[in-house]
Amino acid sequence: MNAPSAPSAPLSPYSSALGKSNIEVHTLSVLVDNEPGVLARVVGLFSGRGYNIESLTVAEVAHAEHLSRITIVTSGTPEAIEQIGHQLERLVPIHKVTDLTLRGGAVERELAMIKVAGKGACRDEALRLADAFRARVIDASIESFVFELTGNVGKIDQFIDLMRPIGLVEVARTGVAAISRGPNPI
Amino acid sequence: MSNLMTGAEMVVRALQDQGVDTIFGYPGGAVLPIYDALFHQDQIKHVLVRHEQGAAHAAEGYARSSGKVGVLLVTSGPGATNTITGLTDALMDSIPLICITGQVPTHLIGSDAFQECDTVGITRHCTKHNYLVRQVEDLARILHEAFYVAQNGRPGPVVIDIPKDVQFALGAYLLPDRIEHKTYKPKLDGDADKIAQAVAMMATARRPIFYTGGGVVNSGLEASSLLRELAGLTGFPVTSTLMGLGAFPASDKQWIGMLGMHGTFEANNAMHDCDLMIAVGARFDDRITGRLDAFSPGSKKIHIDIDPSSINKNVKIDLGIVGDCSHVLRQLVDAYRAQGKQPDAGALARWWAQIDKWRARRSLSFKASDTVIKPQYAVQRLYELTKSRDVYITTEVGQHQMWAAQHYHFDEPNRWMTSGGLGTMGYGLPAAIGAQMAHPQALVIDIAGEASILMNIQEMSTALQYRLPVKIFILNNEYMGMVRQWQELLHGGRYSESYSEALPDFVKLAEAYGAHGIRCSDPADLDAAIMEMIDIPRPVIFDCIVDKTENCLPMIPSGKAHNEMIMPDEDADMGTMIDAPGKMLV
Ligand SMILES: Cc1ncc(C[n+]2csc(CCOP(=O)(O)OP(=O)(O)O)c2C)c(N)n1
Ligand SMILES: [Mg+2]
Repeated sequence: MNAPSAPSAPLSPYSSALGKSNIEVHTLSVLVDNEPGVLARVVGLFSGRGYNIESLTVAEVAHAEHLSRITIVTSGTPEAIEQIGHQLERLVPIHKVTDLTLRGGAVERELAMIKVAGKGACRDEALRLADAFRARVIDASIESFVFELTGNVGKIDQFIDLMRPIGLVEVARTGVAAISRGPNPI
Repeated sequence: MSNLMTGAEMVVRALQDQGVDTIFGYPGGAVLPIYDALFHQDQIKHVLVRHEQGAAHAAEGYARSSGKVGVLLVTSGPGATNTITGLTDALMDSIPLICITGQVPTHLIGSDAFQECDTVGITRHCTKHNYLVRQVEDLARILHEAFYVAQNGRPGPVVIDIPKDVQFALGAYLLPDRIEHKTYKPKLDGDADKIAQAVAMMATARRPIFYTGGGVVNSGLEASSLLRELAGLTGFPVTSTLMGLGAFPASDKQWIGMLGMHGTFEANNAMHDCDLMIAVGARFDDRITGRLDAFSPGSKKIHIDIDPSSINKNVKIDLGIVGDCSHVLRQLVDAYRAQGKQPDAGALARWWAQIDKWRARRSLSFKASDTVIKPQYAVQRLYELTKSRDVYITTEVGQHQMWAAQHYHFDEPNRWMTSGGLGTMGYGLPAAIGAQMAHPQALVIDIAGEASILMNIQEMSTALQYRLPVKIFILNNEYMGMVRQWQELLHGGRYSESYSEALPDFVKLAEAYGAHGIRCSDPADLDAAIMEMIDIPRPVIFDCIVDKTENCLPMIPSGKAHNEMIMPDEDADMGTMIDAPGKMLV
């Protein structure tokens, strides 16, 4: 979304981010009241303050309690990411913000559906690679497959790269969902 | 009273139960049911403004001068959009407001109906929180919750958008018995270990300073008196932001003046050279810090704030204490007393001696004149002639605002109302009306510029209608003086569009509204003219003709550090002082 200002841009004397070289990628888990507009508040916060969103997923996770869980992958300096957490906490309908990356030991998964078209040897090659990645075929026609693949972002990226020369048509990805390891909730 | 009532009745009832005695508003189709409910009662006084922006600023002035929540009521569409500047102003300055907007009926939402706008969408970025009430069953809870959200934690504006069908619908009213908010529970007390650390840092400081802000005022009278107590206990110097003026008495010998872009030489140099900075309810705004990488390079910084996002936002903090100012100051006073140590007296005395040297530069001085009224002199006289009274000061935005901050002195909080964060021209007159509504017997003065005052001049009618004897003291320099000053500083004195052309005759303007007009241009007449203004029990517009080209100094120019101020005797070559990166800043 909002690209961080290029490190070569002249430094503002008002800016404390001298040399933004230490950019990190963090996964934030945000528990919110599932009420109208709550996603707009979160997204608006990111665009309004110039923070990055690499990926965002949201769905209700507890119907009776009206709780939704938003998983945001963001990038920035450690100070900027700490600031993002605090700014999220200011939003009234937010229950809890957890930086899963800072906490350590979270599992992250993304689901992708990948459409590949081709004939003959291409089809064999696509199926062989899908097997190696444990991608499932969820739709097939004489000249195409749709694969379903779950994994971390890197694995999905890699699979897509491999499909490109074979006949990649299009991709739908869910964005990252993440949860901490061990017996306790966040 | 049965607890079954219409949504409109519920609005009025909830306001009453929240202790609201005054609201500011403007009617229209989408709020007629609420206006009808107001008609049937006399507990809440409605003040009819002349523009919805005026309602928002009036509510701010009311809130800031009384410590209560300010309430405004406007119609859908243009009524709502006209409040945006005021809501943003309240958000930036942390003023608790409730803004009730009418909305088209729920079945028309999304159809581009007449006077429909996406009020919650538009105001999402300029409110602390907002609500669209979709059914009458939610209304009472939302109304009470909105008051809770507006006042608790870091205060701010809350919008409640109520579709017209919800105003007509019958529903059960709920009393505002103790609200347990589901998610929003700000932390009030500072962590005990951090309090202990803070006190240890204070007891070993050699060049300490209290840097206080609007948060102290927001936290209530208790916070101001605890600040005085803590300053007295420690003997440390105290400076404040524009928003915090009055929380610590300007007449106290530990007061070293306002800091920041137009702060005193002693305050800014003390900030730069201190070894311990204790920030209380202040947010390290760019007007305060100047050049960030040269900001107070040698100090340890303690930051007390109710908003965790303020800590480490702009400046790296060594010890952040999240909590309400009054709670944390109480904890600090107690802990400081209990530990019994005092900082090195010799070091503190040397620090004060250094501060006195800076003070001796007399950074607020100006060249006196007996032919033309110097704007600083006008504020000084206004102060001398009004200080013994029960007085509330508001301002517009520009040089006059800074001169007011520099030369009018406050010994109590809630006496000074100015648009700090947003810098909204047109704030002062409606804010004065709000303050006068809260304090009918007080002397309320808007220190104004001739350009700013025209931005909400229509509120003169409001002042007249409600017999509010507000005084508008215009420092008329025939320029958007602050713009002119920056053009001198940054753009070679090319005064592009900053001359106040075609001004009205302010005396006649006052008379046209039914107010009293005074003009003064001779320093010899000034005192008598000010006394005339004070003595007239009606609204007054005072057109004070001042030196046209006076600059507001001292000044930390953009991009410079606290110890690189332009002093009053140095403004001759102002045009050559700022380098290219500095010119990029605002
Ligand atoms: C609504 C709004 N528009 C523009 C500005 C930019 N601005 C800041 S000060 C100023 C000039 C104000 O002139 P005046 O009211 O005469 O005050 P002076 O500086 O002359 O005392 C302007 C245009 C602003 N702060 N607010
Ligand atoms: Mg002017």
